[in-house]
Amino acid sequence: MSTLLRFDNVACRRGGRLLFENLSLSLGPGEALHLAGPNGSGKSSLIRLAAGLLRAERGTIERSDLALADEALALDRELSLRRALAFWAGKDGKLDEAMAALDLARLAQVPVRLLSTGQAKRATLARVAASGAPLWLLDEPLNGLDSDGVERLDTLVSAHLKSGGAVLAASHGPLRGAWTRLELGA
Amino acid sequence: MIAALIARDVRRAIGGAAWLPVGFFLVVATLVPFAVGPDARLLEQIAAGGLWIAALTAALLPIERLIEPDRANGTLDQLTLHNVSEEAVGAAKVAAHWLTFGPLLLLAALPSAFILGIAADALGRTLAALVIGTPGLAALAVMVAALTAGLPRAGALAGVLLLPLAIPLLIFGAGAAGDPESGGLLLEAAVSLLLVAASPFVVGAAIRASRT
Repeated sequence: MSTLLRFDNVACRRGGRLLFENLSLSLGPGEALHLAGPNGSGKSSLIRLAAGLLRAERGTIERSDLALADEALALDRELSLRRALAFWAGKDGKLDEAMAALDLARLAQVPVRLLSTGQAKRATLARVAASGAPLWLLDEPLNGLDSDGVERLDTLVSAHLKSGGAVLAASHGPLRGAWTRLELGA
Repeated sequence: MIAALIARDVRRAIGGAAWLPVGFFLVVATLVPFAVGPDARLLEQIAAGGLWIAALTAALLPIERLIEPDRANGTLDQLTLHNVSEEAVGAAKVAAHWLTFGPLLLLAALPSAFILGIAADALGRTLAALVIGTPGLAALAVMVAALTAGLPRAGALAGVLLLPLAIPLLIFGAGAAGDPESGGLLLEAAVSLLLVAASPFVVGAAIRASRT
């Protein structure tokens, strides 16, 4: 399949308000799209539409296998980070690699409830990196990350793009690297 | 993934609040003789009904932790993205909830039956009625938990929803324990089966509807 994500004339309505309509986009291997726009312009809604967690008002959406990192941690608070992430990871051993790439290896035995905001963010990114899915959906991936975390995310994203993956990221801040920019609510 | 989800839910319940409904069940069963008085014959007559009321109220206690925590922290969303259907999540939740609720309740029913003075021949029927009824009760609890997840004052609303829907189980369950000729056990089994069979679909639809 040449496209990993395709929106065709999609409209999104939330709470009676039309967020956007006639939105078309497509993401192929090696492509990265940065969703920008003010608060409430529909960045997160577009991500959830892409993930299939929301239904589009109109239009069609095609997607490949994907992984999502958003504000929700979705890890058991009482477990150690390694065990909590292992619930989601496959059996192919990518998890340790992903944890090392985000500098989480030294936190492997720490209970999830003790993680800081930035560490929790790294954990959700590690779940995406370990998923093996070709399409990554990142909702505000920079929230809570320090400069080291931002750099590690950049490295992960460029490696993923090089290996034929695609990334859709919503962020009101600037993202480094070769991103196509899509402005919502403009 | 389904097996992992059931194992996870059972582990979390055992490590957490699984003992609470059982303790509650014992307390309610203990209250009956205090409220009714020590007349052994009267107690024996109402014992099965008392046990069932204790079981119903105990089923209410865990409702807020069955679905809502997983909805709030994104676990239900991630399960969908890992290609687990919402219906499968519902089935797993019912199975895990029964495993941590049913056997413990049966265990607690023994001392409760002793307190209420249930006769030996009626004890077997009462336990059989509980064995058949608790899966239906667990399914009902998970369905109500999914329908009320994310709503304000979900706990109180859940009580108002669950208790009336449990009336058929209560009638046939308590009836089967009281009278072996009544056929109540079969009717109770039918109600329990219906609840268990419907639960994955109700839970699945409720999870999808609660997404924002």
